[in-house]
Amino acid sequence: MEEKIIIAGFGGQGVLSLGQFIAYSAIEEGREVTWLPSYGPEMRGGTSNCSVVVSDLQVASPIISSPDFLIAMNKPSLYKFQMKVRPGGCIIVNASLIPDKVERTDVRVLYINAQDLAIEAGNSRTANIVILGVYIKQSGLFDKEKVLHVIEKKFASKPKVIPANIKAFELGYAI
Amino acid sequence: MRELMKGNEAIAEAAVRGGCRAFFGYPITPQNEIPEYMSWRMPEVGGCFVQAESEVSAINMVYGAAASGARVMTSSSSPGISLKQEGISYICGAELPCVIVNMVRGGPGLGGIQPAQSDYFQTVKGGGHGDYKMLVYGPATVQEAVDIMYDAFDKADKYRIPVMLLGDGMLGQIMEAVEIPKMKDSASFPKKEWATDGTGVGEKRRVINSLYIEPDVLEAINHKLFDVYSELEKHEVRFEEYLTDDAQTIIVAYGTVARIAKSAVNLLRAQGIKAGLLRPITLFPFPTLAIEKLAKKKNVKDFLATELSMGQMVEDVRLSVNGKKPVRFFGRTGGNVMLPEDIVNAVLEGK
Amino acid sequence: MSVVYKKSKMLTDTPFHYCPGCTHGVAHRIVAEVLEEIGAEGNVIGIAPVGCAVFAYNYFNCDIQQVAHGRAPAAATGAKRCNPDKIVFAYQGDGDLASIGTAEIVHAAARGENITVIFINNAIYGMTGGQMAPTTLLGQKSTTSQKGRSAIVNGNPIRVSEMLAVLDGPSYIERVSLGDVAGVIKAKKAVKKAFENQKAGKGFSMVEMLSTCPTNWGMLPLDACTFVKKEMTKVFPLGVFKDI
Repeated sequence: MEEKIIIAGFGGQGVLSLGQFIAYSAIEEGREVTWLPSYGPEMRGGTSNCSVVVSDLQVASPIISSPDFLIAMNKPSLYKFQMKVRPGGCIIVNASLIPDKVERTDVRVLYINAQDLAIEAGNSRTANIVILGVYIKQSGLFDKEKVLHVIEKKFASKPKVIPANIKAFELGYAI
Repeated sequence: MRELMKGNEAIAEAAVRGGCRAFFGYPITPQNEIPEYMSWRMPEVGGCFVQAESEVSAINMVYGAAASGARVMTSSSSPGISLKQEGISYICGAELPCVIVNMVRGGPGLGGIQPAQSDYFQTVKGGGHGDYKMLVYGPATVQEAVDIMYDAFDKADKYRIPVMLLGDGMLGQIMEAVEIPKMKDSASFPKKEWATDGTGVGEKRRVINSLYIEPDVLEAINHKLFDVYSELEKHEVRFEEYLTDDAQTIIVAYGTVARIAKSAVNLLRAQGIKAGLLRPITLFPFPTLAIEKLAKKKNVKDFLATELSMGQMVEDVRLSVNGKKPVRFFGRTGGNVMLPEDIVNAVLEGK
Repeated sequence: MSVVYKKSKMLTDTPFHYCPGCTHGVAHRIVAEVLEEIGAEGNVIGIAPVGCAVFAYNYFNCDIQQVAHGRAPAAATGAKRCNPDKIVFAYQGDGDLASIGTAEIVHAAARGENITVIFINNAIYGMTGGQMAPTTLLGQKSTTSQKGRSAIVNGNPIRVSEMLAVLDGPSYIERVSLGDVAGVIKAKKAVKKAFENQKAGKGFSMVEMLSTCPTNWGMLPLDACTFVKKEMTKVFPLGVFKDI
């Protein structure tokens, strides 16, 4: 088993932390994982992306040529990466920011109004956690309870935001 | 317990657990997490941290601390490492143990900030003046970097040389699950009778020096240093072979690139092409004999060296193969990183 | 027979290599005597520069490191931070401290590193054969300013003590002269204060000593002393620039 995910969007959308939540969850599952961010000018407000590889064996290449999953949080990211997704793979589109439709027919596409769901969860900054819920459901590699545990652990220093993040995750997971 | 950690931070913590109690550095991307981590971690363990005014100053602080007996390190990235070369030469001349991390970025000049391996020559051929070597590691995973770093101060002390951990930008930025061994007991570290710790006087006075005005004395020192380097060649060579037994094509790669090459070997094998990987873990001493052995094998038809450079390590591969088989090169530069498929294509082009 | 004078036990028996009339030897003796007087024997790390004093490691009876050109304050920082209970001093000339090592001395001073710096200013590169130094006086001849230093062509001399005194880090900075006996006595007082400051944990102390270089100045030793007193002190006035 090896699953490759590319997550991309604007800096500040929680793209890197979304990838880290997947990576932490993989560790909880006892799997091997690599999380490789784009670094440099991106961290100062431009576009940002990270590659996550989850595997049963030690990950060889952390660089992904054709991902199983693309999570596109903004429009430029969708156009940058959509053609790379392997046939039969899955694209999760943040429809709150991306009005366009994916042109490919050989991949599954999920259009998620992440921003609306985040507001419904009670915190507009949880759009990335909504998407995390969507991904975890689609991937099928993860035990939901373990992911919730990771969320609680990572927000342990800010306990106030935990309920909204849990709700955001559940809303995504329910799709 | 396995923890998800960023390469730079894991390397810093492994250094602390390995006994590092002094850090001197200067900010440069992509290694900033190391000084940032050390700035709070060093005081926590009773060590010292100084952000120096330059890389030049930082390496000379390392000199002063190492000469007085401390377990000390610095870290930087390519342009900063260039500035440290003077100090590294002095450290080698004065036979001082220390650890240096280079998270390599593209060059020459200011270059870029993305991953590269174009400091290989500077690192293993002596970037500063004079005849000297360092013990150089090119780890491929965060766990391997941690394990090497954990023992790096012991190696440095044993041979009285600088140990360099040569990573590429990816190794510093990547997050992986790692297990960091427990804190080493400083009581187990060897006593440094040679160190200028201030207690010496009269007959017991110690001098740390790299100046030898008499030609015969300096020549003797040069030979003494090279005796140490041949000890390294005898005892410290490390490499990994992956599916080389029946391989026709041997890919040689180190660091993060070796992981991409490993994926390429798997893809090639899936196509029925017998490829294997030789991954140097020590870059000096280089696994010359292992490559020479492969070159002599009948089933081995050719070699492909692949690097994030215009071709540096490939020269050592060619010296090791010594004309017995063709050695080709495939590289990416500028901070671009090859995909496994790119290496597959490079192998296929040679068929 | 009674002993009226003897060599400090903080000096080794190695004879100095310095030229006749050079005041490096006087400076060495002052430092050694002070180290002995403050009871620092067996508790000192010295840092030797590149320049005429490169062989200082042969002369001081303590653990000593010879370091790269200009980097003595950095090496001293490393040594002191890892051995805070030891007396650490750097001994540097004007090329070492005021030219190639300006960044290191400025920042060690700014950090208030608890070290003592002995700065020998003789307005010339001695070891390499009389080239222009950052402290060479205007009009003074050197092998790289053969018609005399010109402000337009060569720039102006640097006053290091004044420059460092404006920083918040240093605790004590004084310029003294080794040009006559009274100056030497004053210099010793200054050096003693600089080391006592370190013992007291007061931070960065530096004593700049105006020194002679009869060989490269092309002067007799006595004339060199007069040059220090008459000419150098005009550009480099003596005095305490910082004392807190």
